[in-house]
Amino acid sequence: MLRKLFKFHGGVKPQTNKTQSTTAAIAAVPLPDRLVIPLHQAVGGHPRPLVQPGEHVLKGQRIGGADGNLSSAVHASTSGIVRDVAQAVMPHTSGLTTLSVIIEPDGEDRWCELEKVNYRSTPPDELRDFLRDAGVVGLGGAVFPSYAKLKPGKEGKLKTLVINGAECEPFITCDDMLMRERASDMLKGIVAMRYMLQAEEVLIGIEDNKPEAVASVQAAIRASGETGIEAVAIPTRYPAGGAKQLIRVLTGIEVPHGRRSTDFGVQCFNVGTAFSIFEALEHGRPLISRLVTVAGNVTAPRNYDVLIGTPMDHLVRLAGPRPDTDRYIMGGPMMGVRMPGFDVPVVKATNCVLVGSPALFPAPPPEMPCIRCGECAKACPADLAPFEMYWFSRSKNFGKAQEYHLFDCIECGCCSFVCPSHIPLVDYFRFSKSEIWSREREKESSDGARDRFEFKNFRQEREKQEKAEKLAAKAAATREKVATEGAATPAAADGEAAPKPKPSATDAKRALIEAAMEKARQQKAQVAPKNTDHLAPDVEADIAAIDARRNAAPARAADTPDA
Amino acid sequence: MITALLVMTGIALVLGAVLGFASIKFKVEGDPLVEKIDAILPQTQCGQCGFPGCRPYATAIADGEAEINQCPPGGEEGIRKLADLLGREFKPLSEEHGVEKPKSVAVIDEATCIGCTLCIQACPVDAIVGAAKQLHTIVAAECTGCELCLAPCPVDCITMEAITETVDTWKWRYPVVEIKAA
Amino acid sequence: MTSYLFVILGAVLVNNVVLVRILGLCPFMGVSKKLETAVGMGAATTFVLTLGCGTSYLVDHYALMPAGVEYLRTLAFIVIIAAIVQVTELVIQKTSPMLHQVLGIYLPLITTNCAVLGIPLLNVALHHDLLESLLFGFGSSVGFSLALVLFAGIRERLDGADVPVPFKGTAIAMVTAGLMSLAFMGFAGLDKFH
Repeated sequence: MLRKLFKFHGGVKPQTNKTQSTTAAIAAVPLPDRLVIPLHQAVGGHPRPLVQPGEHVLKGQRIGGADGNLSSAVHASTSGIVRDVAQAVMPHTSGLTTLSVIIEPDGEDRWCELEKVNYRSTPPDELRDFLRDAGVVGLGGAVFPSYAKLKPGKEGKLKTLVINGAECEPFITCDDMLMRERASDMLKGIVAMRYMLQAEEVLIGIEDNKPEAVASVQAAIRASGETGIEAVAIPTRYPAGGAKQLIRVLTGIEVPHGRRSTDFGVQCFNVGTAFSIFEALEHGRPLISRLVTVAGNVTAPRNYDVLIGTPMDHLVRLAGPRPDTDRYIMGGPMMGVRMPGFDVPVVKATNCVLVGSPALFPAPPPEMPCIRCGECAKACPADLAPFEMYWFSRSKNFGKAQEYHLFDCIECGCCSFVCPSHIPLVDYFRFSKSEIWSREREKESSDGARDRFEFKNFRQEREKQEKAEKLAAKAAATREKVATEGAATPAAADGEAAPKPKPSATDAKRALIEAAMEKARQQKAQVAPKNTDHLAPDVEADIAAIDARRNAAPARAADTPDA
Repeated sequence: MITALLVMTGIALVLGAVLGFASIKFKVEGDPLVEKIDAILPQTQCGQCGFPGCRPYATAIADGEAEINQCPPGGEEGIRKLADLLGREFKPLSEEHGVEKPKSVAVIDEATCIGCTLCIQACPVDAIVGAAKQLHTIVAAECTGCELCLAPCPVDCITMEAITETVDTWKWRYPVVEIKAA
Repeated sequence: MTSYLFVILGAVLVNNVVLVRILGLCPFMGVSKKLETAVGMGAATTFVLTLGCGTSYLVDHYALMPAGVEYLRTLAFIVIIAAIVQVTELVIQKTSPMLHQVLGIYLPLITTNCAVLGIPLLNVALHHDLLESLLFGFGSSVGFSLALVLFAGIRERLDGADVPVPFKGTAIAMVTAGLMSLAFMGFAGLDKFH
């Protein structure tokens, strides 16, 4: 059956460079000496560490607990000893550090006790908690916690579940190899997701430059006997693997600005995510390893099944890097980001370690002025006007850049790819976005500070008023008391009936002061003996001696004025 | 001559009456400009400008009683925004009010703190928690870095620490514009 | 009827108050940094100028001329315009605080806009009747707003342009204004098809 496919706007056709790494099967990686597992690997809150340095952990043991609404757990990738829970450089362009668990493998690779789940008999909420604790996140690159996406929309069911096997970025073949070698397991994961989302149909989109993967998935579907699941070959055009673009190609739905695909009954997952969901549900294995393509400036490009936390240079060594290697790029040549060093760990977001050299990726030619040719707008798959956003990002007019829907930019790099003036457009957009976020953070904190300051002023004012009221009430009470006493005492003490019908104001005041002084005296009498009350005899002797010395001191001083 | 004077006086009287009527009829309370100025100020509430808080300073600017360059935490960018809003000339930060510093938070050395509560009273945004004779600590997320707690501390146990960049607050740099070959 | 249309069209395009008559340059350079303020300034000026033209015509014809003191025109018009601006500010502040905030300091600046004085004086010089005066005032201020908004749009983009350092800021804005002025003078050529 031929399915009607749609086109998304724009896109480019870079050289794919995929065949080099698909000749050999997926290989395992020997255990490295040290695993560095960053706790913050997914979108959302930072997981809190659950282990201490020196502790022995088993493979699959949870070392970082999900925290906050949107967060995902992290697990030990192998058994061994936790050497440290410390800041370590993370695979991020900034080269900044993040809290990581450093594990020294013991070589046994012993699993902890694994808990399986039957997804058909478990309530959806528990199932989502299970997947959160299994650390399952989107493996397409965005690392969004999958459990949060596994909720059917308001209607309780979904029309189409789109599985993303397009893998449009050049050099990367990990999804391709996964579909070739593990199609049936992946399909079981897809069936589970379909059940959780109550999806009517499932469309697996695969670019037509991967005929083996299409055939393998189709064979798996036939073998499983499932209906309503279809593997669709789609035209090869970058970025067909973007979620919105793939949805557009397969269903014809264009998700508009500010809306989500679930509003239109569509949800999209990566094939790798489907496989890790299968692993979690069927075997109880959390996400501790993933497929990573090693390509670029290496003699034997290949896909590896890599434990999370493996240092990249350990991995790349297996593929034989050429001597002129000067950088690693995480991801592909279009969207990938340069790594700050060679020993940064592989994380859940690492789909590819692209080994670079000056010869393979020469420095871009110098940036020339924008000539407003509009090529970038023609290439933009998000239907934006990159030249406008560029202009306003460049002049730091961020409000205007946002008006041109800067935040709908998926940073695919098509515009930079086609720009005849070699303008690094995506760099400008990233700069603008992070600048806007930082301003929003600042605004939020200053608004918070203003509220707190105003509340403090209000509170102080209120306290002052309350205190004044209390004082006034107390004074009134005392005055009354003194007045009644004053009226009673003279009458009783003196038969001559001292004519005091009303105590004058000054008298009342004096009485008030006397009452206060009396009270103070009493308090002092109560307090004073406290710390000299029940003392040991020797301490008392000491005090007496000190007192004697103190009394003697001025006397001595007086004795020897002219000494 | 007399006619000219009469005509001008007449016009002036009529217009004066209209203006007087309008100023009574369309009288408004409050100054919306203060809100706008206050929104630009960083809300550190540090008092370096010489006013007790950001809002009093905003009011003073709106009334023309204060210069726009008295806010060190707002820095040059803040002065530029104020200059834009008020149509005044940009001026560099006045030195007598302090210098622009990197954003920082106060940190209490817990070994030295004697629990005197003086800093708690000084904090304009209630970002210090603690009680008498109990160790105090600073809620870093709420601290504006105003340094008002430094002076009251009798044992000098509070220090300012610059906020370090994390992956969440890291910003992409402005792409370097290359100098073109001639 | 067509003559009225020509009064408006002529005032908006052919004899554009800023770009051809070169009147009211201070707000043109001062308030054109942002599109939003330019639009607000244009609207406020349109209101004040139209009202000012009508009022000054009435004052001229029913107070100054009968008394034979036409030589007081400039003085009287300045006073009238200043008063109108003040009243407008008060009314806007009360009825639309938002617009008042947007216009901010520029509202009182209308008083110093020489176009606002120039147009009523031109009205007298061109012997316009009341309707023509109103239309001429309205057309001129629409022309002013048009030029202002166009110029603000250009200036927003100038921020990102690679302007040689000595030309940055007001200098390049002046050059741009000159080019716009040349372009608007081209409308005088519309006459050819008459």
